[in-house]
Amino acid sequence: MSNNPAVIKAVQGTAIPLPGNDVDTDRIIPARYLRSVTFEGLGAEVFKDERFNDDGSLKAHPFNEEKYAGAAILIVGRNFGCGSSREHAPQAIMRSGIKAIIGESFGEIFAGNCTSIGIPVCTADEQTIDELQKLVQNNPQLNFDLDLEAQTLSSVEKSVAVDINPAVKTALLAGTWNTLDELLQNEAVIEEVHQRLPSFV
Amino acid sequence: MGKNLFNKVWDLHKVASLSETRDQLFIGLHLVHEVTSPQAFQELRDRGLSVKYPQRTVSTVDHIVPTQNQLIRPYRDDLAEQMLQAIEQNTSDFGLRFYGLDSDSQGIVHIIGPENGFTQPGITIACGDSHTSTHGAFGALAFGVGTSQVRDILATQTLAFERLQVKKIDVVGSRPDGIFAKDIILRIIADLGVMGGLGYAYEFAGPVIHGLSMEERMTVCNMSIEGGARAGYVNPDQITFDYLEGRPFSPKGEKFTEAVAHWQAMASDPDAEYDDVYQLDATSMSPMVTWGITPGQGIGVNENMPRLSEVDETEVEITQKAYEHMGFDEGQKIEGQKIDVAFIGSCTNGRISDFRAAAKVVKGRKVASHVKALAVPGSRKVKLQAEEEGLDRIFTEAGFEWREAGCSMCLAMNPDKLVGRQLSASTSNRNFIGRQGSSTGRTMLMSPAMVAAAAVEGAVADVRNLI
Repeated sequence: MSNNPAVIKAVQGTAIPLPGNDVDTDRIIPARYLRSVTFEGLGAEVFKDERFNDDGSLKAHPFNEEKYAGAAILIVGRNFGCGSSREHAPQAIMRSGIKAIIGESFGEIFAGNCTSIGIPVCTADEQTIDELQKLVQNNPQLNFDLDLEAQTLSSVEKSVAVDINPAVKTALLAGTWNTLDELLQNEAVIEEVHQRLPSFV
Repeated sequence: MGKNLFNKVWDLHKVASLSETRDQLFIGLHLVHEVTSPQAFQELRDRGLSVKYPQRTVSTVDHIVPTQNQLIRPYRDDLAEQMLQAIEQNTSDFGLRFYGLDSDSQGIVHIIGPENGFTQPGITIACGDSHTSTHGAFGALAFGVGTSQVRDILATQTLAFERLQVKKIDVVGSRPDGIFAKDIILRIIADLGVMGGLGYAYEFAGPVIHGLSMEERMTVCNMSIEGGARAGYVNPDQITFDYLEGRPFSPKGEKFTEAVAHWQAMASDPDAEYDDVYQLDATSMSPMVTWGITPGQGIGVNENMPRLSEVDETEVEITQKAYEHMGFDEGQKIEGQKIDVAFIGSCTNGRISDFRAAAKVVKGRKVASHVKALAVPGSRKVKLQAEEEGLDRIFTEAGFEWREAGCSMCLAMNPDKLVGRQLSASTSNRNFIGRQGSSTGRTMLMSPAMVAAAAVEGAVADVRNLI
């Protein structure tokens, strides 16, 4: 199993801070950019309305700042990704280069969607998040190592503990976050449940 | 201790334990629409998989359809046309029931499920849409999922899911005149916050909830997700069974009697256990209006918007951001704020009773001259029913535009959009920045009667003075 490319044990790279709470999925990717039958190209649309004025000129936004270019770890506040079930939101974030998200808390459907596409979502308390965001703002080139087994986010500056949902951790470490293969295995029991349910539909 | 409905439905649909906390859950009814499904169908094709139980899937097109000249193809918006063609092709290739543009049952997925009798008590329902919680009104366990899970359900009729905790929300007292289901759910979200439901399903209970019609219960359950709860439900009762009897896909004759017995057995036991309980007394409630950029930022219509010094420390940042976007001042009155747009519709408030309530306010009055007002039925059946009752004429005579069925201006994936900084009084579910199609547009959520009042007064008004 160690050669399984789906196994995710760690994420390394620089970070990007996105201060603020209750950043909803419409802010991550406005609905009018969901008019597509694929997820391709969504990376360019991430935080579209927050990054660009209507005339296309740039607004002040971390995702527009050169110093954060190439970041792999996104550091956010409370209730990030609240709102709709659009998988386009984590897809847009992932396709912009992000490989893991650390925040105070997350909208539940968003967090589940991140897991479904292999993006680890970890939590830490408000003070830790605040300190991490300031650390990155002052030192954007700082490299981090998110170790999912040890549940730590480390840099040469500091190491902090992070939390992760145990079921999600298991799935990432085992490389089973893409649930389809696992679900396909129980065909006989699925048929049994289908048969035993009242067939009113 | 007895069991609550959530755990009864879960246990009935559990296929296997996948890990310590994750179960494989069978999905009794899968609802599909054009926005969150095309990538899922493509993955099925790539892997050579078929849809496991096509009879358990119901699909429609709702988000991208224009609400004017809906039948004229190809659509002017190439991307919308492409999405429409994709859902037509996918449902045809995989043999799925599809209420498309040629069907008189087309409409918003959360409206056509219940009105056709697909949504039934005691089943699990999933859809790639967060407002799937709507169907919980029937005592179903219904929740929104992402596209990867749409793929999983299509291919296996199951998904990997963690059991939620259950918070009972007991609404007691009596409901005053002029207070609607929308006011109740906006009050609950304002009280418990937009994170109050994280990790929970909400069980809406108590005399006020069980006094609501099915359509009103759908409005309440619809916005569970706005309170952070992935699912919300009401235990089925006689009102539920009466609604279901005679619907096209409801059980018939003896089977209906059998079904009712099963549905009754699925309701929470009188001594059921809950992880948390919250009580709300509706007796002194006022009509609600949101002033900010999260659905939790709502107040009674006669109240003033909060001062920064009054809000909880954790709310200061989002409150500041809200005032910055909305252009309101702290401590200001919400009543009398001049609006530009009035929108009645969406999966929250696009049902026949919503148009009846709004028409009652609008009848014999005129929409203020500076207001653009839209009334958009949630389904073709709702449209037809409203027209039979003459509601369309009440709206158009007052100066509303009477449109065709779809999601419309709730999320602006179609031509219905706010322009610039327009301020909208809306019956939809989200006041998020940019939600209604303009990055600077502003939304105030309220009940259909309150939107009707705002439309005729040209400003936020207390509907109790107009009825």
